[in-house]
Amino acid sequence: MPKDTGIGASPKRREDVRFLTGKGRYTDDINVAGQAHVVFLRSDVAHGRIRGIDTAAAEEMEGVIRIFTAKDFEGVGGIPCGWQITDRQGNPMQEPKHPILAEGKVRHVGDPIAAVVAETRDQARDAAEVIVADIEDLPAVIDMKKAVAEGAPLVHDDLTSNLCYDWGFVEENREAVDRAISGAAHVTTLELVNNRLVANPMEPRVAVGDYAFHDDSSTLYTTSQNPHVIRLLMGAFVLNIPEHKLRVVAPDVGGGFGTKIFHYAEEAFCTFAAKQLQRPVKWTSSRSEAFMSDAHGRDHVTKIELALDADHNFTAVRTETYANMGAYLSTFAPSVPTWLHGTLMAGNYKTPNIYVNVKAVFTNTVPVDAYRGAGRPEATFQLERVIDMAARELGVDPVELRRKNYVTEFPYATPVAVEYDTGDYNATMDKLLSMIDREGFAERRRESEARGKLRGLGINAYIEACGIAPSQLVGQLGARAGLYESATVRVNATGGLVVMTGSHSHGQGHETSFAQVVADMIGINEDQVEIVHGDTANSPMGMGTYGSRSLAVGGSAMVKATEKIIAKAKKIAAHLMEASEGDIELKEGRFTVAGTDKSVAWGDVTLAAYVPHNYPLEEIEPGLEETAFYDPNNFTYPAGAYACEVEVDPETGKVDVLAFAAADDFGNVVNPMIVEGQVHGGLAQGIGQALLENCAYDEEGQLLSASYMDYAMPRAHDLPMFQVDHSCQTPCTHNPLGVKGCGEAGAIGSPPSIVNAVIDALHSGGHDVPHIDMPLTPARVWHAMQGGAANLGSAQPAAGSGNTTHDRSVGAGDTATH
Amino acid sequence: MAKVTMNVNGKSRSAEAEGRTLLVDWLREGLRLTGTHVGCDTSQCGACVVHVNGDPVKACSVLAQELDGAEVTTIEGMANADGSLGTVQQAFQDYHGLQCGFCTPGMVMAASALLKENPQPSEAEVRHYLEGNICRCTGYHNIVKAVMAASGQQVEPVAAE
Repeated sequence: MPKDTGIGASPKRREDVRFLTGKGRYTDDINVAGQAHVVFLRSDVAHGRIRGIDTAAAEEMEGVIRIFTAKDFEGVGGIPCGWQITDRQGNPMQEPKHPILAEGKVRHVGDPIAAVVAETRDQARDAAEVIVADIEDLPAVIDMKKAVAEGAPLVHDDLTSNLCYDWGFVEENREAVDRAISGAAHVTTLELVNNRLVANPMEPRVAVGDYAFHDDSSTLYTTSQNPHVIRLLMGAFVLNIPEHKLRVVAPDVGGGFGTKIFHYAEEAFCTFAAKQLQRPVKWTSSRSEAFMSDAHGRDHVTKIELALDADHNFTAVRTETYANMGAYLSTFAPSVPTWLHGTLMAGNYKTPNIYVNVKAVFTNTVPVDAYRGAGRPEATFQLERVIDMAARELGVDPVELRRKNYVTEFPYATPVAVEYDTGDYNATMDKLLSMIDREGFAERRRESEARGKLRGLGINAYIEACGIAPSQLVGQLGARAGLYESATVRVNATGGLVVMTGSHSHGQGHETSFAQVVADMIGINEDQVEIVHGDTANSPMGMGTYGSRSLAVGGSAMVKATEKIIAKAKKIAAHLMEASEGDIELKEGRFTVAGTDKSVAWGDVTLAAYVPHNYPLEEIEPGLEETAFYDPNNFTYPAGAYACEVEVDPETGKVDVLAFAAADDFGNVVNPMIVEGQVHGGLAQGIGQALLENCAYDEEGQLLSASYMDYAMPRAHDLPMFQVDHSCQTPCTHNPLGVKGCGEAGAIGSPPSIVNAVIDALHSGGHDVPHIDMPLTPARVWHAMQGGAANLGSAQPAAGSGNTTHDRSVGAGDTATH
Repeated sequence: MAKVTMNVNGKSRSAEAEGRTLLVDWLREGLRLTGTHVGCDTSQCGACVVHVNGDPVKACSVLAQELDGAEVTTIEGMANADGSLGTVQQAFQDYHGLQCGFCTPGMVMAASALLKENPQPSEAEVRHYLEGNICRCTGYHNIVKAVMAASGQQVEPVAAE
């Protein structure tokens, strides 16, 4: 029987009522009395020198309060980067300045040149259109390999090249890997592109800056996944505002998927301008603006080699990846292709020799940073594609090839610096196979063929590292911050609790699931527990929500704080019952003395804590409030097996996803309903990457996919009903809840399933296509079936179509539309 | 600027509108009915769907001044008279058809319009009808289930499949 309450139950989400009645409070719903509005004039060229900005006519426009350009920010810091990578020679990465408004040059379409503050948004927009920006066009670098070629135009004139860093991991492994590959019985090589994506939370970014003269304090309301991080970065590095004079509030946030982690120039602008003008300043992004100013995701060009011995044991993996940083370094950007990608190149397999080389490159494009999965989808896609390819080359079953090489003993230290604490990859594969009727596939394929369609089945495994992260470890790896989480549990006199967490919910349902945990620990009703988040004025510190870390790290901090509460409450209960503290038990909201019928209720103890008439004042203080910080000692390692069945129309190349099954091991599960919802959403984004979504630039750096007319978001009719399962559970061994995290799995595991399935379908129709780069649009699939360059990501332009994705141009039909 | 009056959620409401003011901005800024959301600028996402004279309309695609005298229902007008969630709203909660909640008002308004047109839609019909509403969180799985359940059709309960 499913449980009704507590850990393991699926109560209805409490946050839903406000969202379903239009009573949510998103940042754009906040209007501060007297607010002005800002509109940014953004560059429409990818690279240019600013010769002059004429704002005279715009300043005369109705309602205009002030127009800002870079010269107004002298003495103000640039937008900082939160992670420093050390290259193969031991040198720090190249780290250019990222000004709030463009200084001297514009470096990508969307780079802000000027900011118009006016009484209304329409007035600000009207005035922005009148500004004359005199910009000398410079040649743009868009393709990464061209960007690092000799003599390429420099994105940043003060850097020595467009190479941010050349990173080797683990450098000491390199020679052994080279030897293993040259001596291998079989080597499978795959060159691929992991397509650039735009996260596209449905709520565009918004920032409202406010300044209070009476106490010289600033408040920023912003669409953020981590308000405390924004407070620290913006206060300490950009605007020089001490944290005690700066409050950052991220209220209801309409989805994040990574792109709302980062500190953005618009946040700093609104906070800065509010103080300058002594008026609140509000910015609301349009969707078109979001496409050219929200950090993008993925965008790797990779070559991977998998070496096998005669018995088909994996002996080595070697990869070389070009990772696009865009024009500036976004907050986490340098860590994504390195520590979030290289460390996962072992996958689920006991490959003994692994070497990862990553060249991070500046280009005249929007900055690229973490997007759902961040580095781990890129690692998984390479491995799970090259393994499928190897199975096909060797004529062996792709499932058996995986099983043969699975890690089966834990803990397992990989050659790429992480230690998997626990897992059971055969169990999730067994579960998956029980869900998909693989034996019946041949019959289903015949049925499709009878209708003139090609049917394919794609199966793969995945592993990810979540619950980031052990602070000391990431500090050694270049993180400039700790990655713990905090929680304060405040118990009121009448027994209700407020939990103030540094985690942030922007769709994950923490207000419901976190309350389940605390209520379960104490044995009270969930409606006695209030979860508060998203305001630096409440919780002591917060590193926020990303990397599937909320429950594993934030939840663990909350458990620790609740344990402290219970320990103190037991002392009070012992005093009230004149018993020894060691004999006190807490069960279902009552304290009892072991072996007796004495008991006091939870509410009696909480009342005594605040009305201490009968209270051990000489031993403990009154009140019942505790704070805990939790710093994990390892990552968590969710893993699983995914399968997809597709039908390809050989006439058009159109791919239909008929079925998708996911068997995940997330360790213990607090709220199965929410976990399943997270997997559904991740699958949709992974399927979107594989079939539909592509952020495309032309060779001059024009962003071709800057609206939902051109960037194909998955719609209801693009997706099937999903089969998801999380019954294989190997609890995490090092956090108190035994949880691993579930937010990113779907997006990490699903792209290779789709591509494996399509390649399988094409082979069944006699098309010897080794690989097609994502997204597998009808044009690309059809072209591959006609014998065109199968790998559109290779250096050869695709004959006839003009869609050389390698240099990021798209031809007619290359961008899927609806 | 002109004063525009509409019957919104059963009450006569007035606010100023420029000639270029969209219905969605008139609702959000003029009336401070912030339940209707803006998710794009090309009438693609459907976060702003409201009912105008009984029909679903993307409120970013019509000018406020053109609708003087119209009858408009927004997400704020979808609850029952006693304040409890309406049938479609309740189904979205019961079947976890929302996560961040941003697309939800438009989804609920579109889904209720569908059920008025087609009281027992098939799964394919639900997916087809909701083509103009983008959700980035749910993968649509639970939205489709919620709409089917709201139509009175049998669906598997959440977390029991």
